[in-house]
Amino acid sequence: MLNRRQFMAASALASAALATGCRDRLRHRYVVLTDEEAETLTAICDQIIPADDFPSASQAGVLTFIDLQLRGPYKRHRRTYLLGLRRANLSCRNRFGMAVGGATPQQQLEIVREMERQDRQFFELVRSHTMQGYYGSPRHGGNRDAVSWRMLGLDEPPLRGRAQYDFTAGSKP
Amino acid sequence: MKRVNAVVIGAGAAGGIVAKELSTAGLSVVMLERGKWYTAHDCRKDDLRNQRTTVLGNAFGPEDEGNPRVWMSANGAPHIALPSEGAYQNNAACVGGGTLSYGAQAWRYMPQDFRMRSTYGAPEGSSLEDWPISYDDLEPFYDKAEYEIGISGDYSGTPFKGPRRRDLPMPPLAPNREFGILESAAKRLGLHPFHLPMARNSVPYNGRGPCMRCRWCCGFACEVDAKNGSQNTVIPVALASGNCELRTECMVTEILTDDRGRARGVSYVDGDGHRQEQLADIVVVAGCATESARLLLNSKSRMFPNGLGNRYDQVGRHLQGHHYTGAVGYFDFDTYDDVGPGASIAICDYNHGSPGLCGGGMLANEFIRLPIHMVDKVPNGTQRWGLAHKQAMRAYHKRSIVIMGPTQQIPMAAGRMTVVTSVKDKWGLPVVRFEGNVHAHTYEIGEVQAKRAEAWLKEAGAVSTSLMSYTSELVSAGQHQAGTCRMGDDAKGSVVNKFCQIHDVDNVFVIDGSVHVTNGGFNPALTIMAVAYYASDALVRNWKGTGFKS
Repeated sequence: MLNRRQFMAASALASAALATGCRDRLRHRYVVLTDEEAETLTAICDQIIPADDFPSASQAGVLTFIDLQLRGPYKRHRRTYLLGLRRANLSCRNRFGMAVGGATPQQQLEIVREMERQDRQFFELVRSHTMQGYYGSPRHGGNRDAVSWRMLGLDEPPLRGRAQYDFTAGSKP
Repeated sequence: MKRVNAVVIGAGAAGGIVAKELSTAGLSVVMLERGKWYTAHDCRKDDLRNQRTTVLGNAFGPEDEGNPRVWMSANGAPHIALPSEGAYQNNAACVGGGTLSYGAQAWRYMPQDFRMRSTYGAPEGSSLEDWPISYDDLEPFYDKAEYEIGISGDYSGTPFKGPRRRDLPMPPLAPNREFGILESAAKRLGLHPFHLPMARNSVPYNGRGPCMRCRWCCGFACEVDAKNGSQNTVIPVALASGNCELRTECMVTEILTDDRGRARGVSYVDGDGHRQEQLADIVVVAGCATESARLLLNSKSRMFPNGLGNRYDQVGRHLQGHHYTGAVGYFDFDTYDDVGPGASIAICDYNHGSPGLCGGGMLANEFIRLPIHMVDKVPNGTQRWGLAHKQAMRAYHKRSIVIMGPTQQIPMAAGRMTVVTSVKDKWGLPVVRFEGNVHAHTYEIGEVQAKRAEAWLKEAGAVSTSLMSYTSELVSAGQHQAGTCRMGDDAKGSVVNKFCQIHDVDNVFVIDGSVHVTNGGFNPALTIMAVAYYASDALVRNWKGTGFKS
C-alpha cells in the first residue's frame, strides 16, 4: 500500500507524464487532417474569422470541429478538403514560394480572396463550416467555452426557467 | 397480426388526432410510425443538429443514411438530396411528426383562404381552386383543436379573422422586447398588431407547465414539455383508451387491395426488418404531403396500375409550401432580450385585399435568432467573412429584428412530386422526386410582402434594413408541405372527396396536409389538425361496424 506522501509523489509524476503526453498528442491532434493540411486550414479559417479581442476561428476550436465532423456527418466532404487544401497550397507556392501556413498574414489573405473568386465551391464549404464551428454549439468541438456566444453578449450558461409571466392569472375558465 | 378496424399511417399532427378520435369512439386502431418516440432526454439544445438547422443532421429524423430524394433543377438535371439538405424538403420522422419540434404557431386560415379562386380568379398557368368545404364547416373543429391541443394567444387586436365562438383557451405569453418595439410602430402605420396564436402553454394547461422562455424553440423539442404537439396531447389519450396500439419504427411499404378494389390493410417493415401485414377495415394515410403521396404512388396493383387514387394522374400535383420573405432591420439600441420563443407579434392586414395581388400572408417577427442564424443576416454590403463580418456579428446580433411571413402560394399542376424507381431508399422503395417550380405570381407577392416588412421595421426605428426576397429553381414544400392529394368534388381534378376519402376506394382516407387545396398565408399545423378532427368526425358518424360503408 502507498502511504499518503508516496501517493502524492506518484500522482505528481503521473500528471506530469499526462501533461507531456497531451502536448505530444497536440502536435498530431487531428485524425483526418494531416499536420500540413491542418496548418493550411488554420490559416484559411483564421482569415475567415480573425482574432480581435476575442479568439480567431482556430483559437476557438474550429479545426477540432471540422476534423470531428469529417469523421461523422461530413465524411462525404473529405476528398473536397484534401483536394481543395492542396490547390490552395499549390497556388500559394506558385505566387509566394511557400505553403499557405508559412506565408505572411497579408499573403494568406490574398490566397483566401483568390479562393473565393476561383475556387468558389470549396471556399463556401470552408466558410460555412468555419461559421458553424465558431458560432455553433460547443459540444461539437468548436466554439470553445462558448466563447462566441459570450462575445455576442449572450448569457453563458444560459438562464433557464425564468417565469416571466403571472402564475396567479391562471387559465381562462 | 390481429385484424383491426383502422390502421393509421403516421403519428404526426393529423395521425395522432385521427387515432384519438377513432379509438375513443370505440374503433380498434393500430398506428404505424416510421420514426421513434423521443423523450425529454433527447431534447438536446443543439444549434447545428435540430429540425431547423440541420447541417449535422436531423434531430428527429429521417437520418441521412438510406433516405434519399431526387430533385430536378431548371435545366432538367436530376440531383440527389439528403434529408439534412434543404432540397429534401423535410418535415420530420418521429412520434408527433413536425409538432414535436415545430415553432408551434397555431393559425386559423381566413374565410377567403378556402375560396381563393372565387375571390381572385385563377392566374394563368395556375391551378388555384376553392376548397369543397368552407371556413364555417371547419370552425367547430378549429375550436376543438385549440382547446384539446392547447393554444395561447390573443386575436382581439385584429379585425382580419373569421368568426370564432370563443377566445383561445390560454392568454398570450408576456410580451418580449420586440413586441413592444413593433406594436407601437404597427399602430402608427394604421396596422392591427396582436399576440399571435401558439400551441404553447403560457399558463399550466392539460397537466403540463408553462413555457420557460428559453432560446431554443423552433426546431427543438421542448425540454419542459410546454409545447403542444400530438405526442403529448392526443396520442396519450388514444393509447389510454385501450383501443389503440402505436408501433414505432415501422415503415409502411404498400396499401394492400383486394380483387374488388377495396383496401384490406397495409404491408410494412418493422424495426427488426421483418415484413409484416396489418389487416384493417379502413386505412388512414397521414404521412404528410410528400410521404402520403409516395405511399399511394407506390401502392400499385392490377386494378390501380398508376397507384392508389391516381386514376387521373392527380396524386403528387399542386404541391405547395410557403414562400417566406421579409426583412431584417438593424437598430442603434438593443432589441434582443433573450426571452423565447421570440415570435410574438403579427399582423393579418396583408393576407387579402391588396389590389393586383392574389392573396398575401401574415407577417410576424421571427423566432429568436441563434448566433448561427445571424451569420447570413448581417447588413447588406457587409463582407461575408473576415474581421468586418465578425464585427458586424458583434454589432448587430442583439440589435436586429427579422419580420417575415409565409406568402400563400399559387398552386400549379406542374409543381409536383412523383416517385422515381431508379433511386431506392433503405427499404427498397422508390423515392420522392420533385419537379417544377413555384408560380411566378407567388414571387411577386413575396416581394411586396418583403417591402411591407421593411416599412414596418423602418417605422420601428431601424437605421438600416436588408430585404429577404428571392426566387428559387425548385418547387417549394418543406415543413409546410401540402396539396399533393387535393380535396375536391370532381373525381378527375382531385384525389379525395370533402371527407378526405379517396374517390374510387371508399375505405382509404388521406388525412393530413396533402388534402389542402390551397395553403393559406399561415403556418398550416392548426388547419391540418382541424381537418383531422373534421374528417374523423364524419368517419365515426358514418362508421357501421366491420365492413365500412360510407
